[in-house]
Amino acid sequence: MKRQANVRIKTLKIDGIDVGAREGETILELARENGIHIPTLCHLDGVSDWGGCRLCLIEIKGSNRLVPACMAQAEEGMEVFTKTPRLVTYRKMILDLLLSERNHVCAVCVSNGHCDLQSMAQELGNTHVGLPYLNPSLPVDATHPYFIMDHNRCILCQRCVRVCREIEGAQTKGAMGRGIEVRIIHDLNEPWGQSLTCTSCGKCVQVCPTGALLQRGKAVGEMVKRRDFLPYLQMMRED
Amino acid sequence: MNNFPDLTLLTPLLERYNGRSREALLPLLHEAQALYGWLPREVQEAVSRTLRVPLADVHGVIEFYTMFYNKPTSRRVIRVCDDIACRLRGSADFIAALEARLGLRSGETSSDGSVTYERVPCLGMCEHGPNALHNDDPAGNLTPADVDNFLARAHPEPRIQKHGGPLLKLARAGKVIPWSLSDYEQHGGYTTLRKALAMTPEAIIATIEASKILGRGGAMFPTGLKWRFTRNAPGTPAEKHVIANADESEPGTFKDRGLLEEDPFGLIEAMTIAAYAIGAENGWIFVRGEYPRAYRRLATAVARARQAGYLGHNILGKEDFHFDIQVRLGAGAYICGEETALFEAIEGKRGFPRIKPPFPTTHGLFQQPTTINNVETLMAAMAVLTIGLEEWLKIGTPDSPGTKWFCLSGHVAKPGVYELPFGLTIRELIELAGGVPGDRQIQAVLMGGAAGVFLPPDRLDLPLTYESAKANNFPIGSGVVMVFDETADMRYALYQLAHFFAHESCGKCYPCQLGTQRQLEILQRVLHNGGSTPADKAALEDVGFAMTHTSLCGLGQTAATAVLSATQLWPELIVANQR
Repeated sequence: MKRQANVRIKTLKIDGIDVGAREGETILELARENGIHIPTLCHLDGVSDWGGCRLCLIEIKGSNRLVPACMAQAEEGMEVFTKTPRLVTYRKMILDLLLSERNHVCAVCVSNGHCDLQSMAQELGNTHVGLPYLNPSLPVDATHPYFIMDHNRCILCQRCVRVCREIEGAQTKGAMGRGIEVRIIHDLNEPWGQSLTCTSCGKCVQVCPTGALLQRGKAVGEMVKRRDFLPYLQMMRED
Repeated sequence: MNNFPDLTLLTPLLERYNGRSREALLPLLHEAQALYGWLPREVQEAVSRTLRVPLADVHGVIEFYTMFYNKPTSRRVIRVCDDIACRLRGSADFIAALEARLGLRSGETSSDGSVTYERVPCLGMCEHGPNALHNDDPAGNLTPADVDNFLARAHPEPRIQKHGGPLLKLARAGKVIPWSLSDYEQHGGYTTLRKALAMTPEAIIATIEASKILGRGGAMFPTGLKWRFTRNAPGTPAEKHVIANADESEPGTFKDRGLLEEDPFGLIEAMTIAAYAIGAENGWIFVRGEYPRAYRRLATAVARARQAGYLGHNILGKEDFHFDIQVRLGAGAYICGEETALFEAIEGKRGFPRIKPPFPTTHGLFQQPTTINNVETLMAAMAVLTIGLEEWLKIGTPDSPGTKWFCLSGHVAKPGVYELPFGLTIRELIELAGGVPGDRQIQAVLMGGAAGVFLPPDRLDLPLTYESAKANNFPIGSGVVMVFDETADMRYALYQLAHFFAHESCGKCYPCQLGTQRQLEILQRVLHNGGSTPADKAALEDVGFAMTHTSLCGLGQTAATAVLSATQLWPELIVANQR
């Protein structure tokens, strides 16, 4: 790593463990370096942070406010807690809301067994969905020659939007609507296959945490995503 | 019907905007929509090319703001307030009469394309409820008998109803001609700026700090401190901003509208003083899209102030003091009253709030140091300099000096904006407004707006001060005092609150995006079934607490407070008659 020269190390505590942080490092990065796991769905190494999923919320001693670890900077003397009872409760609640919103049916999903949302439910112990399912009727966009977008499985983490913008530079993907109506769109909300700006690079598919973005021709459980290219691309660009 | 828009209409507009960047997106969309009534796809593509904004973002922005239209819409749009305060004053009857007359339901355009009709959230004219907007023309106190007059635009325009005293911030409103600079000068305008320019910026900030002004929009951040942080933030004056947040969209809030419409030069002068104290050269006024009359008057006032040299370079001969203001019109999004969402809106993006820190005083508009103040806050700061710190501190209470604008609406005899010193009790304030009409009793008072809490009749003797609000756990917020008499249907009010937040949630963070929707569904069931199941009651509370504590911005953090206060006060509203 290039940044290591002339840096002041900040010392703080995460869950009682003494850790040292570089200037500008976030709590999430720091926790990961030290083997402390903080759950997150919208964070993606290599693109900017979004802060929307609220699963990485942490508590900082002296403050009543919960802050997202992905965007909280490590500061000297901080005492951070990542697994307090109220955090655990809220994470489960948020995941419950998410699981009940669209049509997340693992048994028939291409990403069954390779899905960040499914893993998160296992990790947080959400064995049941406590809220009534909304069962919305959402379209599947299969107009693209290589890829498919299934809105039924989208969790609006905006990873695809960010990677399309920040890594590929195509700026094809965006979001429309508000609140519960937010949808991922291509250009002026046209079918993906008709987008003039999409380069068909497929990065969005690889970063999608669920089965919302998939390659054509994949059957149940076959869609395995490759994420490794992103930090690699990022590193090559920095050099 | 011809589906192909005449793009030659657009050419002069695009030429005018050519070379500008993304911050011109909202103004350009407003102007383009004025040509066609809506924004056809070809127009969206042309806008995207001109400002070099991705297609997906142009579309996303149009879809975000409710006053931009993506499908054929008439140039004539009728918007009727369907929110709580108007409902209390009988809007249901007017709406029924209007819908029968038009033969349209909300969101529909007549088959000949001559009129589009919408029911909308609070239009900020609650003292004139039931109210509506006919394109840019506001109308108030509407009854079913007024439908024809309203449609003919023959209904008189409502004017500010101001009461109370001492009128420090509303001194000129209603007395001056809002578009006349000379009239403003004759009524003492620009004397305070002259006084301020004779002081050092440091001295002004120290005065404002000593005045103990807290943000009047509801967040109650110390104003002097905010100014100091921005002044001390790294950056030249050309890189710093002063923003007047005139996006008041909190249901029941209409306090700033009076000033914006009746004393626009007052706000310009107040912003100029703030800019001098902070050392900022860029001013912005962001007015909500539902205030077209205020926008027109502000735009006129800014142009005239600029012409007369009150804005621009070396203002009033002060060497190196440059300041100018741009007025921006929102397009229907409550979330844009949140300061960071407002920055995004000015920058031409969807109004998604940002995560703080970093705070606006160092990373605000365009990531530059920014002071963003509510309109009333800026007027309060100017009032301190006008009357002097000593006089200011004599008004109100020691910990809450000065005056506050309270918005009285609902079941009171004289609704309106009341500028009053801090310290009156809620009951005294309601009595000042003539009390509840008829012999009816108060059932509840909503304090602080949709994001506030309900108080029962036995808690109305609490004084309206910051210290009492904190001790007694109610918000002063934006000054909303909405009175519900014994005849009011509280279940319907809760449903309206929930509907408002579900409609206005931006969708960025899960707890608010999904939680506001769940809250709405449950309260809808409560309304229709006359109660809920125990599971629903538990879910309402669980979702409410999760939203309050985990949402990204103030909208989600307060979307459940009024509802939760109601479930505690009147559990029978939620669980009675369960099926």
